[in-house]
Amino acid sequence: MPDSNGVSGANIRLENLTKRYPGSAAPAVDNVSMDIKAGELIVFVGPSGCGKSTTLKMINRLIEPTSGKILINDEDVTNIDPVGLRRKVGYAIQSSGLFPHMTVAQNISLVPKMIGWSKGRVDARVAEMLDLVGLDPTEFRGRYPRQLSGGQQQRVGVARALAADPPVLLMDEPFGAVDPITRDHLQDELIRLQHELHKTIVFVTHDFDEAIKLGDRIAVLRERSHIAQFDTPEAILTNPADDFVSGFVGAGAALKRLNLTRVRDVPVVEVPTAGVDDPLQSIFDIMGSGSVTELLLLDRHNRPYKWLRRGDLMRAKGSLARAGTLVSHHVTDDSTLRDALEAVLTDSAGRVAVTGKKGEYLGVVDMETLMNSVQELLQADRLDAIEHRAELADAAGGQVHREQEGAS
Amino acid sequence: MSAEPGKPPAPDIRDEPELIDVLEEEAGQDEIPPPPKPARRVPWTKLVITPAVLIAGLILTWLWFTNADLDSVARNSTANGNVWVRLREHIELTAISTFFVLIIAIPLGILLTRARMRKAAPFAMALANIGQATPAIGLLALLVIWLGIGKKAALIGMVIYAVLPVLANTIAGLRNIDPTLIEAARGIGMSPMGVLRKVELPLAVPLILAGVRTALVLNVGTATLAYFGGGGGLGDLIASGITNQRMPILVLGSILTVALALLVDWLASVAELLLRPRGLEA
Repeated sequence: MPDSNGVSGANIRLENLTKRYPGSAAPAVDNVSMDIKAGELIVFVGPSGCGKSTTLKMINRLIEPTSGKILINDEDVTNIDPVGLRRKVGYAIQSSGLFPHMTVAQNISLVPKMIGWSKGRVDARVAEMLDLVGLDPTEFRGRYPRQLSGGQQQRVGVARALAADPPVLLMDEPFGAVDPITRDHLQDELIRLQHELHKTIVFVTHDFDEAIKLGDRIAVLRERSHIAQFDTPEAILTNPADDFVSGFVGAGAALKRLNLTRVRDVPVVEVPTAGVDDPLQSIFDIMGSGSVTELLLLDRHNRPYKWLRRGDLMRAKGSLARAGTLVSHHVTDDSTLRDALEAVLTDSAGRVAVTGKKGEYLGVVDMETLMNSVQELLQADRLDAIEHRAELADAAGGQVHREQEGAS
Repeated sequence: MSAEPGKPPAPDIRDEPELIDVLEEEAGQDEIPPPPKPARRVPWTKLVITPAVLIAGLILTWLWFTNADLDSVARNSTANGNVWVRLREHIELTAISTFFVLIIAIPLGILLTRARMRKAAPFAMALANIGQATPAIGLLALLVIWLGIGKKAALIGMVIYAVLPVLANTIAGLRNIDPTLIEAARGIGMSPMGVLRKVELPLAVPLILAGVRTALVLNVGTATLAYFGGGGGLGDLIASGITNQRMPILVLGSILTVALALLVDWLASVAELLLRPRGLEA
């Protein structure tokens, strides 16, 4: 249940988790300790074979740890019945893992039924979950997985994982098998879901960009699941801990930084607007005021519709239907700055309209606002990094000091 | 959906108000759903052709047989409803042996795919292979020597002979399941029994049924050999036709066996279509 902060997740604590497979000298996962706060979205990212998936599967004990402890909500779950544990921990995997012989509704209702919900409650929940992941319940509940596209299957997979309202959700490369466009949509959906639900999510991926986009904090893992760096995306981008991490961050850190900020967090500029139903005379009045060279025409739902330049109306002989150029690009306030930059770069006039959730007009971003915002962001990151380094140095200095005192 | 840089230019909404609805619908759906599948599961040709051919064949045989020139020896072979008795015996033999094949081979196949028993699978498969590789008539003779003449020896021989296809298909069906599905089932909190019952067995049904169908048809064939062990069945008609050199009796016995085998195969194929879990249909 969500508490006062709306957090419904549970904290997770891994203590010296180790997995050693019989017959191999080196452990697959070596002594991982980690604290995950309730309501956090943590991403494990690392090269393939680094043990990130194994670490994830030890949290719900699909793989039994050789040694170490797992605590969920401060309860030691290392030795409780694994079946009971897994019913309280949502699990979503690559290529959805839906059972092909069950309908969408049957797939989603599996866990609620197993924990003994009544039929009415299960049915209502199925509809609720389908709505939550953006699928129409009446249309999709009776379908079989084979009758869905890859992206739809993945949505149902997430709905199934969330059906019994588990405080913790484990996701093992869930978007690895869908095409890039659908993956982008699914990532946006997950961000939206997490804004609503505040679960504790542990997400495994090998795609660093995905990690940056989704994670509240990112654990960069190297071989045997050693944590190379466990920090916020901003800190990892601006202040990678070592060469391994900076190698993983790759080139273009400034561009990746744009993925971390949403349009709603930067100032938008206002342009003169008019509605399609406004009398022509009022539009002429705005245009005639001298300083205005361009005007955004909004449709009846207040959505951006057409760009109207001075003279357009004249050339179209006063017909609004024929004048101006249609708005072909727009971004929502939920889009990343990178999306916005992309749209601005492709727009012939170098500006793009920003819309809200229902497509309503909010403002405009152009090259100038983007550049100013990015400068400010990078400057702030740099200051943070310097502060962070100073703290670390202080801590290290303090330790040396204490050691010296202890020695004398 | 966040940014839509590639959104096609909207048509002139002011001039065509009905387009607004269309656009709104499109905006809410990023993937085009495939059209729903038709509900019919068994094509009518499947239901009609085989039975029609079988009935026609049986009628022709009956017409031919009633008009055939039968002497007293031949008539004796068919007296007192002997044909019906033998046919019923044959069906009984097939049904009982198949029943035992199922209750032996399917649980055994399940057991041999569990993690703990997996190592025993090659051993059990080798045994089942020996069972099938042994010539059925030799196996039957050995069993008769051991158990004496009667239905029991015949049935045991048939079971040994037909265990392999069902066992092999059960194991193959269970092993062919995508391991990520089983992991997903365990991951969402199904007990080992639940995984088997709700996921593994339903997904293995098509292959298991194919094995059962093979076993059934095999059993109809081997049941003709039961006669040599005193087990009765249509083999009795065939054998008396051969020993007494009465062609009509031999032909009648053979045609009835063939017709029964085809009928059983057809029934099993319809059952395969009907029992295959929905959602697995191509």
